[in-house]
Amino acid sequence: MAKQLYWENIEIGGEVIPLSKVATTRMLVKWAGASGDFNPLHYDAAFAAVQGVGSPIVHGALKRQWLVQLMTDWMGEQGTLKKFSCSYRAMDWPRKMATPMTPEEGETWQCKGKVTKKYIEDDKHLVDCDIWIENSKGEVTTPGTATVMLPGRS
Amino acid sequence: MLPEEISKFIGKSIGVVACEVEKGSIKRFADAVDDPNLLYWDEKYAGKSRYGSIIAPPGFFGWPVNLPRGMTFQRPTDISDPPEATENMRAALAKAGFGRVVDGGIEYEFFQPVRAGDVLSAKSMIKDITEREGKTGKMAFVIIETAYHNQSDELVAKARATAIYR
Repeated sequence: MAKQLYWENIEIGGEVIPLSKVATTRMLVKWAGASGDFNPLHYDAAFAAVQGVGSPIVHGALKRQWLVQLMTDWMGEQGTLKKFSCSYRAMDWPRKMATPMTPEEGETWQCKGKVTKKYIEDDKHLVDCDIWIENSKGEVTTPGTATVMLPGRS
Repeated sequence: MLPEEISKFIGKSIGVVACEVEKGSIKRFADAVDDPNLLYWDEKYAGKSRYGSIIAPPGFFGWPVNLPRGMTFQRPTDISDPPEATENMRAALAKAGFGRVVDGGIEYEFFQPVRAGDVLSAKSMIKDITEREGKTGKMAFVIIETAYHNQSDELVAKARATAIYR
């Protein structure tokens, strides 16, 4: 995690430290077990094909948690995530596994963010950001917003 | 305009689920996301932090999870207020030609940290159902709002989830 961020150091238009993620079929299995979403759309090739998505797709909620991590990593331990939103606009497909532990070569996703607003409300030092996930083609598949509360220097 | 058989579900309660937030579940969740944040993993580290204990990543509210019966692990006794509304709503939507559903997205407001050992009460309701025209035809957008309270009756989070039926 990065060193602690302070509200005074935030600039409008500033970038949130990007976070790279690789979705694999293995990760999707872990996510199904950990999140409780057992929809076969995310692990059953035949089912996914019949549903018209080609092959199993990444759970929207897993992408949501990538974006949550984008913010919790950036805000530091003294920061607090106050608001969060995201939409699963486009599908993403996981890399298959080459060995039990390593995925095949393939797509890497970039989680990114940009500061849009900096303000004080009820004594809380707040920062709004636009956040999003880009696939390896640079297309935004998952746009969103987030508000973090940061410590002040004084 | 959505038929009355569907719009009548607007405002209906889905029920209350008691969710236990366990350390092991938190770790499994953080592992699936591949998030090494020590606040989720290390008791000693988390104990020395301002939280005083292991916390859940924002977005994790324990088990069982708030998903339709059959889609997730859920014992009949987990739900104190049976979610007939969701099942009946889904049946009405399917009858109207909206047989498939995908997760459209979510909005959260976080008020308090969620700690390992917490028992959260998740109370949900069908906030709104609207019809929209898309590339592949008509869709029904269903908004489910959930309020999470912890065992001290503090509001820890609110969620507004969108399910897209087509």
